[in-house]
Amino acid sequence: MNSAMLIAKFSKSYPAAGGPAFLLNVFIELQAGFTILFGSSGAGKSTLLDCIAGIARPDTGVILLNGRTLFDSATGASLPPQMRDTAYVFQTLALFPHLSVEANVAYGLSHLPEPERDSRVTDILQLFRIAHLRSRKPALISGGERQRVALARSLVTNPQTLLLDEPLVGLDAGLKSAIVNDLRAWNASRQIPILYVTHSREEVDSLGECVIALENGAVVGSGSPREVLEAPRNRQLAQAIGFENILEGTVLQLRPSDGVMRVQLGANTCEIEVPLSHASPGDRLNVAVRAGDILLATAKPVQLSAGNVLEGNLEHLDQRGSIVIARVNCGATFIVHITPRAVRSLALAPGQKVWLVLKTHSCHLV
Amino acid sequence: MEALLLSLRLAISVSALLLVIGIPIAYWLAFSTWRGKFLLESLVALPLVLPPTVLGFYALLAMGPRGPLGKFWIALFGHGLAFTFTGLLFASVLYSFPFAVQPLVASFESVDKKLLDASALLGAGNWRTFLRVILPLSLPGVITALVLSFAHTLGEFGVVLMVGGNLAGVTRTVSIDIYDHVQSLEYAEANGMALVLLLISFAVLSVVYAVNRRVWTFWTAK
Repeated sequence: MNSAMLIAKFSKSYPAAGGPAFLLNVFIELQAGFTILFGSSGAGKSTLLDCIAGIARPDTGVILLNGRTLFDSATGASLPPQMRDTAYVFQTLALFPHLSVEANVAYGLSHLPEPERDSRVTDILQLFRIAHLRSRKPALISGGERQRVALARSLVTNPQTLLLDEPLVGLDAGLKSAIVNDLRAWNASRQIPILYVTHSREEVDSLGECVIALENGAVVGSGSPREVLEAPRNRQLAQAIGFENILEGTVLQLRPSDGVMRVQLGANTCEIEVPLSHASPGDRLNVAVRAGDILLATAKPVQLSAGNVLEGNLEHLDQRGSIVIARVNCGATFIVHITPRAVRSLALAPGQKVWLVLKTHSCHLV
Repeated sequence: MEALLLSLRLAISVSALLLVIGIPIAYWLAFSTWRGKFLLESLVALPLVLPPTVLGFYALLAMGPRGPLGKFWIALFGHGLAFTFTGLLFASVLYSFPFAVQPLVASFESVDKKLLDASALLGAGNWRTFLRVILPLSLPGVITALVLSFAHTLGEFGVVLMVGGNLAGVTRTVSIDIYDHVQSLEYAEANGMALVLLLISFAVLSVVYAVNRRVWTFWTAK
């Protein structure tokens, strides 16, 4: 299972609302099973799927599915969506409102004789646990049921690949994982590549075997969720996956023997130690730190393994549910997440002098 | 009574014909990406702004024995078109064209594009997508088109007068008949006819508005 089944390498520029043209330029390879396409909204995820499905046309490039050419700008080949054997579940699901669940699911099987059509529809309705809804109209079933109908309608045609554009958005976690499990069960015997688009960090963690991160029309990382999301290589991706602190800095000094380098944040006073990377003194870079990875102390901590202890002024506290968001100015401003209990036990109040502790390896360069 | 039956026959024929001609044209207007599309859109809307007499005048010229349509018709059937029921039908179809085509275009365009994409991805070609998705979802527009072209034809006067003249049982429609009665100061007869026309028109428009307000639901239960 090492050979890629779906290969898409293409570029497409299209007008963006009120700005310069947006350029989508990607090279992705999918194996059998789930691949998560992760990126913030406006990253080009839906257009990428549209191009694979044949609804949109790339400017240049090739798209191959199991060795079959779906699109090739060099020869001008472009199969219409009807002939791509690609199933696509839209975010809006696009169920036919005037047709029953059964007629929706049977829609793609019109070429089959009736007995075979009926038996395939019945099988897939049972697999997705919606057989009892077969005569209902889409308006009369629940959101989760609609999502199951949309999946069944796409999969009953035995496609060679499945594209899912945030189809489970708005479902609670239990319902979501039940649907995903049914989908995995369906794919166990078929082994087709499934490209699952999401902008939700939690979905990546719960589904992901393989993640492709897309930002601003370009692939900015791919691999396991850990590889892609723990050490983001791009400022937008860092923002998308929830790094609350993204600070601009200047490299001061490299210490290759320690595997670290010193970086100055902001205008002057704040200096921190970060993992060594390809850089030279004077280079500008961004340092991303999760608000939950920072320790806060009211006395200066000593004898720590962490590379950075920064003195600062607690400027602001804001309770949001079970977390308190603290803003600390150490020459650069950090956002720190702490518990309400810590606020009470440390008797924290704005204006107080505090120390922040940042492990060197919690400081990601993006 | 003869005039009323003639008007109804004309209106039914016109709406049926317009549905057959109007659907392909509306489909093209709704989905074509041709940049010059606005030209055809303007042409279709022309009868909305032209005085019926202008339309009727050109229709008469075209259908006359020296007009292109008239010559063609004489060569084909041995008699002319002007002042016949068929000629009246031709002119009425032209005159009611926007009333059929515009509601059809609007309802075709309002079908969610994602449904068309979904249909294509499920293997359906344009024809099947049209029959199974676009047309059923445009049912209110189809009914509006039928009813409006029916009502508009029923009420036309200027065009009939220009190309049909006033031949009892052939081209004398209700509106002409009413005009005749008034000219001869037969107010009671005129009133009878006018009232019938008024009631039919009201009933027909009620159907249009009811359909557009979804008083009768077609597919959703909401």
